[in-house]
Amino acid sequence: MSYSPGISLPVIQQPEAIMQQVAEHKGCGTHGGSGKASCGSGAGQNDLAPEIWEKVKNHPCYSEEAHHHYARMHVAVAPACNIQCNYCNRKYDCANESRPGVVSEKLTPQQAAKKVLAVASTIPQMTVLGIAGPGDPLANPEKTFETFRLIYETAPDIKLCLSTNGLMLPDHVDTIKKFNVDHVTITINMVDPEIGAKIYPWIYWKHKRYTGVEAARILTERQLQGLEMLTERGILCKVNSVMIPGINDKHLVEVNRAVKSRGAFLHNIMPLISAPEHGTVFGLTGQRGPSAQELKALQDSCEGEMNMMRHCRQCRADAVGLLGEDRSAEFSTEKIMAMEVNYDSETRKAYQAKVEVERDAKVAARQSELETLAGEMSDIKVLIAVATKGSGRINEHFGHAKEFQVYELSTAGAKFVGHRRVDLYCQGGFGDEDSLDTVIRAINDCHAVFVAKIGGCPKDTLGKAGIEPVDRYALEFIEQSAISWFKDYLDKVNRGEIEHSVRGDADIRQGAFIAA
Amino acid sequence: MAYKIVSSQCTSCSACEPECPNVAIYPKNGTFVINPKKCTECIGHFDEPQCVAVCPVDLTCIVDTSVPRYQATA
Repeated sequence: MSYSPGISLPVIQQPEAIMQQVAEHKGCGTHGGSGKASCGSGAGQNDLAPEIWEKVKNHPCYSEEAHHHYARMHVAVAPACNIQCNYCNRKYDCANESRPGVVSEKLTPQQAAKKVLAVASTIPQMTVLGIAGPGDPLANPEKTFETFRLIYETAPDIKLCLSTNGLMLPDHVDTIKKFNVDHVTITINMVDPEIGAKIYPWIYWKHKRYTGVEAARILTERQLQGLEMLTERGILCKVNSVMIPGINDKHLVEVNRAVKSRGAFLHNIMPLISAPEHGTVFGLTGQRGPSAQELKALQDSCEGEMNMMRHCRQCRADAVGLLGEDRSAEFSTEKIMAMEVNYDSETRKAYQAKVEVERDAKVAARQSELETLAGEMSDIKVLIAVATKGSGRINEHFGHAKEFQVYELSTAGAKFVGHRRVDLYCQGGFGDEDSLDTVIRAINDCHAVFVAKIGGCPKDTLGKAGIEPVDRYALEFIEQSAISWFKDYLDKVNRGEIEHSVRGDADIRQGAFIAA
Repeated sequence: MAYKIVSSQCTSCSACEPECPNVAIYPKNGTFVINPKKCTECIGHFDEPQCVAVCPVDLTCIVDTSVPRYQATA
């Protein structure tokens, strides 16, 4: 994986089954306060150059909005890595970039290609295949490119992506172009070698292990050179950065400028995930990750500069599925090898055409609702949390939600600003009340939570915590409903029925994904 | 005359396999092993043993004390 963030978790069985739902990524989605941004989200269309929009609009990893309708999968064909990160322990799974650990299944290029075709034939929403690890794809160039070749020849409609630490990128840019890989992600955590030395203990390059500032200098030079080469060739490049408070948090603004000036079209700043049990350097030294509001403040401050991505779920490198579902068990290697796969691009096209109709309806609904906000003048901004399993609708039960999507509401409309995972908290070892507390901590900065359904007991507890449970928009479109609710909220404030107050901070879950 | 891989440490990531100038490393029983007859400790090829330099887990590729150290012939 692009070597990025990596922490890892003590490996506990990670059955290959885990492939956490694809769910992960969602996009950059924002339309920014500053008028910038947003890949994919409704606004993206207006913010991005048309040729870029055309490339990213169905890409779940680049667009929050697209993630409601399309899925991506990763195949773990690239186990070797060529650098060491302090947030990664190679013996275990990586919580930050979701690198599967040593117990996870590795696939040969042939197995991987068959798996991709099997999944694509079964799940017509699957439009993107990524190789992100478990090591670095470009430290395993034969395996990575052989996989791309097999898929490119059989299913040219599937988009190919690659996520790398960038060390070997300049050597492979032309091969990347040859296989029509049009999306590359580079993990860039610094552009200052002094800071880099605190993040990367060593790199392996040209038959030598480099350490300290020298290692970081080589790495940053190679990363930026690779980025420039991609830009020259018209290959879209996203940059991932791990926000490490006290080490690179302030510096990431400079990173943002450096990558923007070299042509990166999207920047994804992710929180460090760090705990002693991950066995990583940062975990053992007690390096903390940022809070939800610290992360949002940094993302907001970079947003004037370029598109920010806020939907990244730091998913595992072997995830399969759509938002809110886990299809991994259907696609174990054993089952796939026994499967007859007939790749039918016509069925896929027909399905995707239907999806586009639904997406258009959603955009139209938001627009018409937004018009009713016209003329409202207020500086008030509030966050709301939404329980959804996709399609852009409020269609998940509060108690079943594994994550909440967070929207910022203002008179400019509803803007997707992130998501909060709560699945870990709800897993074993906690009673219902405890897990409700952890959900509240995860969405504590929100004024309301929108759900399809909610029980009486959590409803009361949420109300007491100052978070209004809203179930009257069940199954409706998210943004349209949010704007409608916000109008009511402003009306009540204006009439003096309620007093607007600012809410506190919230937690970002600190743990690796164990099972979906 | 050789390095060896501590199998309990090896993550089987395969990083070492293509780096070995002697093609002495191969997969066996779920991890990788070094053929001591082929290993030259990278003497004459590189400044440092490549398996050690690339391995992500410290103390995984170590000198095998059960065989004599490699002597360069040239």
